[in-house]
Parts: sequence; C-alpha cells; structure tokens
Amino acid sequence: MFKKLYQSPVGKKIATGITGLGLSGFVLMHMAGNLQYLVGPDKYNEYSHFLISLGPILWLVELGLLVFVIFHMTLGINIWLGKRKARRVHYAVTASAGSPSKKTVSSRSMIYTGIIIGVFLVIHLLSFKYGTYYETMVNGVVMRDLARLMHEKFQNPMYAFGYPAVVLLLALHLRHGIWSAFQSLGATRPSISPFIYVIGGLTGLGIAIGFLIVPLAIYFGIV
Amino acid sequence: MSHTMTIHLRVWRQAGPEARGRFVAYTVRNVNSNMSFLELLDVLNEKLIHNGDDPIEFDYDCREGICGSCGTVIDGVAHGPQRRTAVCQLHMRHYNDGDTIVVEPWRATAFPVIRDLVTDRSAFDRIVEAGGYVSVDTGNAPDANTIIIPKEELENAFDFAACIGCGACVAACPNASASLFTGAKIAHLAGLPQGKPERKERVVAMVKQMQIEGFGDCSNHAECEAVCPKGISISAIAIMRREYIKAKISP
Ligand code: FES
Repeated sequence: MFKKLYQSPVGKKIATGITGLGLSGFVLMHMAGNLQYLVGPDKYNEYSHFLISLGPILWLVELGLLVFVIFHMTLGINIWLGKRKARRVHYAVTASAGSPSKKTVSSRSMIYTGIIIGVFLVIHLLSFKYGTYYETMVNGVVMRDLARLMHEKFQNPMYAFGYPAVVLLLALHLRHGIWSAFQSLGATRPSISPFIYVIGGLTGLGIAIGFLIVPLAIYFGIV
Repeated sequence: MSHTMTIHLRVWRQAGPEARGRFVAYTVRNVNSNMSFLELLDVLNEKLIHNGDDPIEFDYDCREGICGSCGTVIDGVAHGPQRRTAVCQLHMRHYNDGDTIVVEPWRATAFPVIRDLVTDRSAFDRIVEAGGYVSVDTGNAPDANTIIIPKEELENAFDFAACIGCGACVAACPNASASLFTGAKIAHLAGLPQGKPERKERVVAMVKQMQIEGFGDCSNHAECEAVCPKGISISAIAIMRREYIKAKISP
C-alpha cells in the first residue's frame, strides 16, 4: 500500500500534502508557544514544562512528527529526482507565461528551502531540545529552564540572525506549500483557489514573523 | 494595415532522434506583420529549399488553433507570448522589427524529438487508451437527448473537453508533468453521466500510464494553465486527485 502510494504520481502528492499540512500545523503551534516568552520567562518555562510532563503523549506526537518529516522529505526529493529524469535536455530560454501561473521563486525553490529547513531542524533540536539542561523553580515546581537557554543562545548573532533567516525561508516554502497541499488533496476549485493561495502566503509570513520576534527581541535586549 | 519587418530566429535543428541538436541562426527579411508565426517558418523554409538546405520540420495541421498538432516553445514560453493561442494562431504583428526569437521543440523525456521541432507525442495517445474513453455497446446510435444533462454540468465538462492534446502543458511544466492533460480527460468524463460508470478504473489506469510514460510529477506550479491554448484550469488536476482518492478508498 505504502509502496504503491509512493510510486503513484497522484499518491505522492497526496502524501506530500497531508504531511506538509501536518507539519504546517505544528510550526504554527510552535510559533504560538514561543511567543509566550514575551509574557515572561516563567510563563515560557511553565508552558514547556507542561509539554514535557505530557510524557508518553509527547513522545507519540514527536514520533508522529518525525515520521511526517521523513515522509515529506523523501517524497520531495523523489519528486525532484523524477523531474530531472522527465526532462533531460533543458530549454535554452525559460520564462513564465504569467498569471494564472503560480511558478514563482517559492515554487521553484521548494527543494532548496526544504533541505535548508531540514538541516536547520537538526541543529535546532541539538541546540535547544538537547541543549544545556538548566533548572529553575516556578511557583514551587522544579522544572527545566529553557528560557535561560534561549536567552543565552540568542545573544550570539549567529543564532539571533541565522534563525530569522531560516524562518523567512520557511515562509517562502509555505507560500507555495500551503496552497499546493490543498491542490494536491483536490480540495480546491477555481472560485476559492486564489483565496487559498493568498491565505497560504499570509499564514507563512505570519508564522515567520511570529518566530523571528523572540530571537531579535532577545538580541536587542527588548525582553 | 500591415507592415514589414526583419526577424532574426534561433531555431533548434536536430537531424534525427539520436542526432545531436544545435541552434542555428536565420534572418528573415520582409516579414509581413499579418503572417502567422508558422507562415514565417514557411517563408524561411522556401528559402532554405531554394538554397538546397533541409527545411525546418515542424508539426501543424489545421492552422486554426483547433487540432493540437502545432507547438513549439518560443522565447521560453510554450506556444509563444500570446495568451490562449496555439502557435499557428500567433501572428507576427506582436513582434517588432529586428526582434530575435528563440524557437525550441517541446522538451520532455516522454516527448522525444523526432526531427527539429517535431516531437513524438504518442505518449498522450497511450494515456487516453488506458481509460480516456467511454465504453459503449455497439448497435444503432442512441437517440439524442435520452440522457438529460443540466446545462452547468455540461458546460463544466465541456471546458475540460476543450483540450486539443497539443502537449504545451507538459512543455511548460518545470517537472514535465502530464497532469493537466490527464486531469482534463478525467474531469471531462467524470462530469458526465456517460463517463461516470467507469470513473474509478479510468483514473487509476490513466494515472498509472502517465507514470509509465515517464512524465514528471506535478508540483502545482500552474504554468500549464497559463500556456494552455484552451485555458484549461488546473482545477482539472484537483478533480483528478479527488477522483483518485475516491477510487482508492472504495475501488
Ligand atoms: S495547427 Fe492545429 S492547432 Fe495549430
């Protein structure tokens, strides 16, 4: 069943769309979670403590995310390799015929933005989830002090500016990705497609802005 | 009112399927602005034949924009710069004196070049053979109007049936995917009572054939819709995917 899905031109797109939407939902929640840092380090630590204390439920979600990431990435690479086989001789001149084409920097760079996000994901997990374990006490409860780690990391300009740069690439990925996922699932029609495209782009941009506020605010000493 | 101009061309020349191709530069003088693009090639070919050279091979039949035989990539755009226009209906009045135009064949592994600008598009025929039809019992022709179809459904189906099978969608797709062509057939037939009984086998078989032919996978760039001479919407591709999901959930 999986193998067939993996080979079918339509099955691949459906699987890419479902995993893509799932991961988009995750980054949206992650972004909202991060914003709690602006309320205060304690609030942020309480939130992360709540997630950590979910225990097995969290592991299950993490496992699910890992499976989604692996599927999404291998399908993306598979589609990219397939496209190279499907056109061996390239055009001397390439152009776009313009609207209603959605061939943009976003759509053409999905493989590159995707790979960068994938590499970033590993670095990101190593520096935070598996980063230094500080402890703190909030309202009498001992918990991990992730806020301190964050504050420390984003003093480094490499993190403070590298992180926003990657989330802007994520916005570029989502600008094409969100709309594309709906189209891949057949959930579009001409009357609503332009609307989905705009909402998808704005969602991507909103997620990026939400993500880059905290590191920049920390670096510039605002919070 | 017509005027004349000088047009420079860079045309892909390739002696045969296995031969190495290259661009050859030509200059055509006294091009009448009322000529079609193919007539420009005709004039050039007359000159080439006169000089004892091989004429440029290109496909055409109706030259009315309805048969789907013609098709070249002009300055990077399938069928050239005029929206919703097959190259046979592209006219030289859209160009200026002294313009240089780059002319290439459709580029896709599934559409191998036979010679110059002519490609083998029989992969499309095989996709249709896989299920792009309605099976009917032989015998007398059925009476007209025995199956009543609401006007809106009919119009929708006809929008997809307008596909002339030229292959511009594949040529323009960054992935060389045949999804718009295949989707148009599926959306056309799934939208009509005559096509509904076989809809599930149809979508599965046609999608499979598309893959066997070596077309790429669709990345929803929508460039196909922009170059389609009939303006077929990529909603055809969305319908193909819905049909596919339904067929897989309950075969
Ligand atoms: S020659 Fe028939 S469509 Fe152009």
